[in-house]
Amino acid sequence: MEDVKGSDGLGDTELRLGLPGTSTATRSAKRALPEGDEESHDELRRTSATKAQVVGWPPIRSYRKNSFPARKVEAEAEAAAGLYVKVSMDGAPFLRKIDLSVYKGYKELREGLDNMFKCFSFGELSRREGGSGSEYAITYEDKDGDLMLVGDVPWEMFISSCKRLRIMKGSEARGLESRH
Amino acid sequence: MTYFPEEVVEHIFDFLSSHRDRNIVSTVCKAWYRVERLSRRSVFVGNCYAVRPGRVMARFPGTKCLSVKGKPHFADFNLVPHDWGGFALPWIEAAARGCPGLEELRLKRMVVSDESLELLARSFPNFKALVLVSCEGFSTDGLAAIATHCRGLRELDLQENEVEDHGRQWLSCFPDSCTSLESLNFACLKGEVNAGALERLVARCVNLRSLKLNRAISVESLARILVRTPHLVELGTGSFTVEHRAEAYQRLIHAFRKCKSLKSLSGFWDVAPRCLQSIYSICPNLTVLNLSYAPAIQGADLVKLIRHCFKLQKLWVLDCIGDKGLAVVASTCKELQELRVFPSDIYGTGTAAVTEEGLVAISSGCSKLNSLLYFCHQMTNAALITVAKNCPHFTRFRLCILDPGKPDPDTNQPLDEGFGAIVRSCNDLRRLSLSGLLTDTVFLYIGEYAARLEMLSIAFAGDSDKGMVYVLNGCKNLRKLEIRDSPFGDAALLENVGKYETMRSLWMSSCDVTLGGCKALAAKMPRLNVEVINDRVESDEMEENPSDMHKVEKMYVYRTLAGARNDAPEFVDIL
Repeated sequence: MEDVKGSDGLGDTELRLGLPGTSTATRSAKRALPEGDEESHDELRRTSATKAQVVGWPPIRSYRKNSFPARKVEAEAEAAAGLYVKVSMDGAPFLRKIDLSVYKGYKELREGLDNMFKCFSFGELSRREGGSGSEYAITYEDKDGDLMLVGDVPWEMFISSCKRLRIMKGSEARGLESRH
Repeated sequence: MTYFPEEVVEHIFDFLSSHRDRNIVSTVCKAWYRVERLSRRSVFVGNCYAVRPGRVMARFPGTKCLSVKGKPHFADFNLVPHDWGGFALPWIEAAARGCPGLEELRLKRMVVSDESLELLARSFPNFKALVLVSCEGFSTDGLAAIATHCRGLRELDLQENEVEDHGRQWLSCFPDSCTSLESLNFACLKGEVNAGALERLVARCVNLRSLKLNRAISVESLARILVRTPHLVELGTGSFTVEHRAEAYQRLIHAFRKCKSLKSLSGFWDVAPRCLQSIYSICPNLTVLNLSYAPAIQGADLVKLIRHCFKLQKLWVLDCIGDKGLAVVASTCKELQELRVFPSDIYGTGTAAVTEEGLVAISSGCSKLNSLLYFCHQMTNAALITVAKNCPHFTRFRLCILDPGKPDPDTNQPLDEGFGAIVRSCNDLRRLSLSGLLTDTVFLYIGEYAARLEMLSIAFAGDSDKGMVYVLNGCKNLRKLEIRDSPFGDAALLENVGKYETMRSLWMSSCDVTLGGCKALAAKMPRLNVEVINDRVESDEMEENPSDMHKVEKMYVYRTLAGARNDAPEFVDIL
């Protein structure tokens, strides 16, 4: 890791986290790790990579470490890319796109869709949510290409299988309502 | 006491339950030694290289339960090279020759081959229980041998072992006549298991009280199993994911409702938050809950669950529970004795999940807390002082601040005072793991106050040899000392050499100890094995005769009656 104090004397002007006037405590040369408070945000990522190289730290059994590394990578990739799906509404002239990963659950999703489409009088639906005779139903197309009613499966399962959303109108929507 | 007939003395010794007490009475006189050794049924060997297996069997021919530990603790964190040693076979061979009445075998951190499992299966007609913890070297073939030949097996408990998968047949090897199983744990197996055979097995073992499944077992299968085992006390689920309204999920809820004896739950791999609702009915009876393999469960869902668990005594979670979640634990789980909070984000790139606040909350709510393992991003002296005041009953206190050498973020001071408060307040402290920025001062406190301390783990701490010397001179009950990446050298190592014969072992890696220092120690103390473990890469590059000034990367010192072991690999030098 680079020296915190630059050799050109500009070390004092470097941006870093930590109390003013603090100095790096000296550690044995063997350990190439910076002190936590002395890093800038930019260094944090590099630091993490270096930390990853310290054998046996943090002290967690390999068995535990191996239990979910793949998950972590997947989760990070997804979080970075977002889960954008198209949303169509019957009768609306153009489609929208929403990022499913920003919602925590079905309630937030419905609210988000309500906000997005309220100029197309979508608001009717939320007022009579769950009741029979509602004007619209929110459906989605899953991985197999089937048209499914939103709300049946656990949220995580839904966002991993949902390919696009479709807000369905009136007559077609009847008969697809979930019986909660 | 020699006027009493031996039967009476033996009967009195029956009341001594601890190994230590029995060890002590055996040193009183020859008569007591004789009575004790013939009546000892349970033998514990903390270091497999401290004594020869044959000698143990000869001294205790009536052994029914044998417990042996192999590799040093830091092997858990990949600090000990793979084939360092710790083989189970010599022990099983010696037991087969000397104690054929053996009923229970417990091994920890040992290399267990299929061959040794096969020998075990055939050698002990009364064999009842096999417990393997953090072992490796065997496959499902070895398990098949156990299942096939151990008639009357009551317990097969595999905890966190590395097991090679050679197929699902092993479980079917339990004969139809096997009805004796009381405890079965194969959670660490990676491969599939014959679900039908499993269901039939648990159905006919009417005394089954503990069952821990592996990830390959589906919820559908779990539901079918639970219907047949309504008296289960401990359950480890398999993969806990299912469609919310699927029939299997409904059957699972129904089956859980019938399990009125369930007190302990673990497993929960791949669990989706919604599926957790199925266990709400059991939560009020739970004393043990392990959710540490469930990263998909975030704080809010955990909290909902925890609110139902007011009898909880032992809780293992991931740090995504957050400080707020821990506050809920503190207000709900008044019986809590043991808490472990594991990191879900190992390299610390994310936002802080738990901090000192969570720990303080726990300490103020859970006054019975005596065992802690806590991975966090930061800790303060003030928090530790508060914790010490709130919870004076700690016997195990292990704190791991993920960033090595990190000071108190509020004051930028080392954490000497915080840990000092812990050792001063907790008079029964037996195990302590340190982390964060620490100077020699913390060791001064430990040496002075931690009178009952038996195991101490040190990493990235201290300024000079004085630190280590404070501990060696102070902690009179110290048994295991393990140190990594700390500036302790030959002077500290050689300051109190007699101390090491009162301890089980000393581990030092990436410290300042030299080869010359190790040689000096070995020369002074013939009843210690001083092992210098070289990294593979290094030993290829090293000259024939490395200089004594050369720093030793890894050193393992332990007292032994067996002399230098003859199974050491070439990268280990026993001085």
